[in-house]
Amino acid sequence: MVAVAQQTAARPAMSLPAMVKDAAIFAAVAFTLALPLLGFRIQDKGSTSFIETRFGDLFYAVLVLFIAKLLMSLINAGLARPIALVTGVLSLGWIVVALVNPVAPQYQVHTWFTWLVVASVAIRAWVVWRAEATAARGVVAGVIGGQDSHGTQIGHLVARLGRQLGPVFFLIALVMPFYAYFADDKRLVDLGVLIFTYIMLGWGLNVVVGLAGLLDLGYVAFYAVGAYTYAVFSVKLGLNFWETLPVAGLMAASFGVLLGFPVLRLRGDYLAIVTLGFGEIIRIILLNWAELAGGAQGIGGIPRPSFFGLQFAPSAPEGQTTFAQFFNLDYSPFHRQMWLYYIILLLALITNWFTLRVRKLPIGRAWEALREDETACRALGINPTNTKLTAFAIGAMFGGFAGSFFATRQGFISPESFNFLESAIILAIVVLGGMGSQIGVVIATIVLIGGPEWFRDLELYRMLAFGGLMVLIMIWRPQGLLAHREPTITMNGGRAGARAK
Amino acid sequence: MAYFLQQLINGLTLGSIFGLIAIGYTMVYGIIGMVNFAHGDIFMIGGFVTLIAFMVLGLSGITWVPLALLLMLVIAMAFTALHGWAVERLAYRPLRSSGRLAPLISAIGMSIFLQNYVQIMQGARNKAVGQPLISGGITVMESDGFTVQLGYMQIVIVVLTVVLMVGFTLLITGTALGRNQRACEQDMRMARLLGVDVDRTISLTFVMGAALAAVAGMVWLLYYGIIDFYVGFLAGIKAFSAAVLGGIGSLPGAMLGGLLIGLIEVFWSAYFSAEYKDVAAFAVLVLALVFRPTGLLGKPEIEKV
Amino acid sequence: MTAAVAAPLRDPAAPLLDVEHLSMRFGGLVAIDDVSFQARNAQITAIIGPNGAGKTTVFNCLTGFYKPSVGRLTLRTPGGGTYLLEQMEGHRIAQHARVARTFQNIRLFPRMSVLENLIVAQHNKLMRASTYTLTGLFAAKGYVRAERAAVDLARYWLDRIGLSPRADEDAGNLPYGAQRRLEIIRAMCTEPRLLCLDEPAAGLNPRESAELNDLLLFIRDEHKIGVLLIEHDMTVVMKISDHVVVLDYGRKISDGTPAEVRSDPAVVRAYLGEAEEDELPPEVATDLQTIVKA
Repeated sequence: MVAVAQQTAARPAMSLPAMVKDAAIFAAVAFTLALPLLGFRIQDKGSTSFIETRFGDLFYAVLVLFIAKLLMSLINAGLARPIALVTGVLSLGWIVVALVNPVAPQYQVHTWFTWLVVASVAIRAWVVWRAEATAARGVVAGVIGGQDSHGTQIGHLVARLGRQLGPVFFLIALVMPFYAYFADDKRLVDLGVLIFTYIMLGWGLNVVVGLAGLLDLGYVAFYAVGAYTYAVFSVKLGLNFWETLPVAGLMAASFGVLLGFPVLRLRGDYLAIVTLGFGEIIRIILLNWAELAGGAQGIGGIPRPSFFGLQFAPSAPEGQTTFAQFFNLDYSPFHRQMWLYYIILLLALITNWFTLRVRKLPIGRAWEALREDETACRALGINPTNTKLTAFAIGAMFGGFAGSFFATRQGFISPESFNFLESAIILAIVVLGGMGSQIGVVIATIVLIGGPEWFRDLELYRMLAFGGLMVLIMIWRPQGLLAHREPTITMNGGRAGARAK
Repeated sequence: MAYFLQQLINGLTLGSIFGLIAIGYTMVYGIIGMVNFAHGDIFMIGGFVTLIAFMVLGLSGITWVPLALLLMLVIAMAFTALHGWAVERLAYRPLRSSGRLAPLISAIGMSIFLQNYVQIMQGARNKAVGQPLISGGITVMESDGFTVQLGYMQIVIVVLTVVLMVGFTLLITGTALGRNQRACEQDMRMARLLGVDVDRTISLTFVMGAALAAVAGMVWLLYYGIIDFYVGFLAGIKAFSAAVLGGIGSLPGAMLGGLLIGLIEVFWSAYFSAEYKDVAAFAVLVLALVFRPTGLLGKPEIEKV
Repeated sequence: MTAAVAAPLRDPAAPLLDVEHLSMRFGGLVAIDDVSFQARNAQITAIIGPNGAGKTTVFNCLTGFYKPSVGRLTLRTPGGGTYLLEQMEGHRIAQHARVARTFQNIRLFPRMSVLENLIVAQHNKLMRASTYTLTGLFAAKGYVRAERAAVDLARYWLDRIGLSPRADEDAGNLPYGAQRRLEIIRAMCTEPRLLCLDEPAAGLNPRESAELNDLLLFIRDEHKIGVLLIEHDMTVVMKISDHVVVLDYGRKISDGTPAEVRSDPAVVRAYLGEAEEDELPPEVATDLQTIVKA
């Protein structure tokens, strides 16, 4: 970002007419681009459809973009500071207004769009302003290295914070359900369960993508295998959650090996497409396999987990006690939510412990080495196929665990829950967090899953923002948000030690 | 026999559509070595632009079929090509030197973005062409009470595809643009040193790929009469499978792969099960990659160490 | 540590590798045509030849990256056993036959630390020590001990090339010459019987080149393993190698001690080629000069 700003700052400033012309060309392109799909809308009324125009919206959007482009040029022409101040105040002020006084829904799209554009201008102006200020002070920041060292600094800082604040976060995560219980905020626990499910999936996929560098676009297949294994075993054979969990993990891992074996020698992007294909194949099979998987209807009536044999129910059948009765509490659906929360917290922590531990073992180092250079690995006697297979199988296993949990939490599963988008979301969490970074996964999950949950009203725009965010973060930081890696073993007391010498 | 012939006709028609999309994949992969994951959605946008053009033309009273068809073709190609250009400019160009993973992730993000953009703009429901623009056909043969129909629409599709393929091959082999493209494919840095405008060449590659995808989108819409924002995902993957099967980077390969995938899909649903027709395409992709990663017409790659 | 590598040999210069009638074809192109030679323990065997002579292809056949079209590659172990390399997969050659190699264009793990590069090289040993991850997961004593031994071996080699202070830095941040040396000691950390070096002196300055010579001589004299060396720098070849094999257009044209090879008319002709009338390519000209001078 800094590097970009400096490059553009170094560009000769344009004259005002040139700026207007530039912005006009930009607006014209934007207009043409948006004309068919924004300018017209196909409406259906019964069996006939007709076309509707939205030129007002179109002109408004183009006008905003024209002004924004003009401002961008002015930023580069030395007006970074005033523009940063004005747009910054505007965009921050609007957030305050929106929080205090929720905007009427019909204006939301326009205002959100405008706010987004203004905020982007503000960020750009601020970055250029800072770069100029630094340059004025005579500090020569590395133009090429600027971006990376900046990112490494952030990564370093977050890694250190993570180590120090980790226990604090853990404690917060531990007592959060109790807070929610007394505050009677059921949504908070639900959100916690959702976030930890994705954190676990992210950590599981991190083994495959982050450590071993295998781009898996079909991770949801293993999630599905775990969920269906649990559903079938518990519904048809009556096994309980803890009995089925290892079976589900094992099943998913076997699928990982089965799928991985023929395709793991493929190049990165081919592997991605083939895994995507496998994910879809599994989904289509589940969709059409009526006898075992229930076809499109899925499987319902999946047993919910019990607390060491105590059911979470308003009343127990003859000869059994419920959780509430046993602890002499009034029945509340909250109890089960809390128990589910602790189960997924435990599963996620096991995943994390395993990953952190295995990184320091030969197999984990071999994964990372494979990601760096497969040819060199072969020359060092590492069997690439087996090493990749273990990564694939272990990642699949954690996906299977998470799937079992999903099934018991929902009580109902159908193939629709396991589509490509789900894979894409999990992959986005891993990649945007910074591949291989465990804390990155947590941060990315909170941003990508938790964030949109707070903006429920904008449901429709959630995935749009999601896709856009993926592109933007990749452009801004191709290595992910936290592209920082600590060595798994040190000789001189780590990098700091080496630097001190 | 009659049934077989009918399936053959249908398969070739579907295959032509896949082939047209596959060319976009194969060209982009050839020149910058990335899977343009959003290409399927560009195809979908082509379909939507066609539908909108169709309705606007209907409103403005242009109903003479050949003229309407031509105008729709031009409008769809132009607007869709612009989308293709914009996608490359915004999402891929900044990542050209960032390895393989980052552009692919960016492309997936772009694909999600485009799907949701169209969903928001046009609604999630299927959009249908009120009545078919070209209907009827030729009865090729009749036997055992089964009629083999060669629809006029099918004829238009195949003819259009053949014409575009020929024109396109001439473009690639005979013009400076094609030469620049092949030069970038071989060695981008060297091409730049020799004065080839690499950015422009890559942009034009995306524009051409998107224009062909627009034709495929238009044909798809007219053939099936229906389109939705999600159609690009499956069609895109099948077309990518076609490109891989034919040998990625090879234009005739993409066309051949497209025809094969179309035939496999149609015959699979005709003789085995329609539910698993999508599995057939994926299975072909997996088998092709595992047993012949270079595809049918691709050149083998010798590993350099 | 060194004892494990330098097993007691009766004849220190016993035959180690026999290359017999090796041929490699790519489609119609014959990259190597019926080449035979022998490499011995505790000797440096250099393979030289003009560009495109097939030197790296020989390495790729030896280390399993290519399957030779024809020929037998026999590696002898001190215990009297043999490995037929042409029948083995690449990673098994490194693991069991213990043939290690470096690459013409350095292939380190750039985003892993220097030390980690050397630990990864001891993968198979450590895998066994961690019972294939099962006991390692719970930090069993045996594994902790094995890992400490692995770090000791890494330290031994790092001290040898003076990189110990930078052991925790990313390998990709080292200067070029240090990366070359690191790649060699990484190969040594696999405790090989045969070390194949593909142009280790390429791009080094004279001082680094001298250090490299010392390292190679140390490996030969102290660890008594066989070294195969592809090299363009004739001063290096003539100074340190015990035995030279000359390839040209995929054929062996000469084989002997440096002195023998230098005076072999076939070698001189190959380096001059038909270029006597034409202008010599600069690279060949320098090579030729050093040969004649040395």
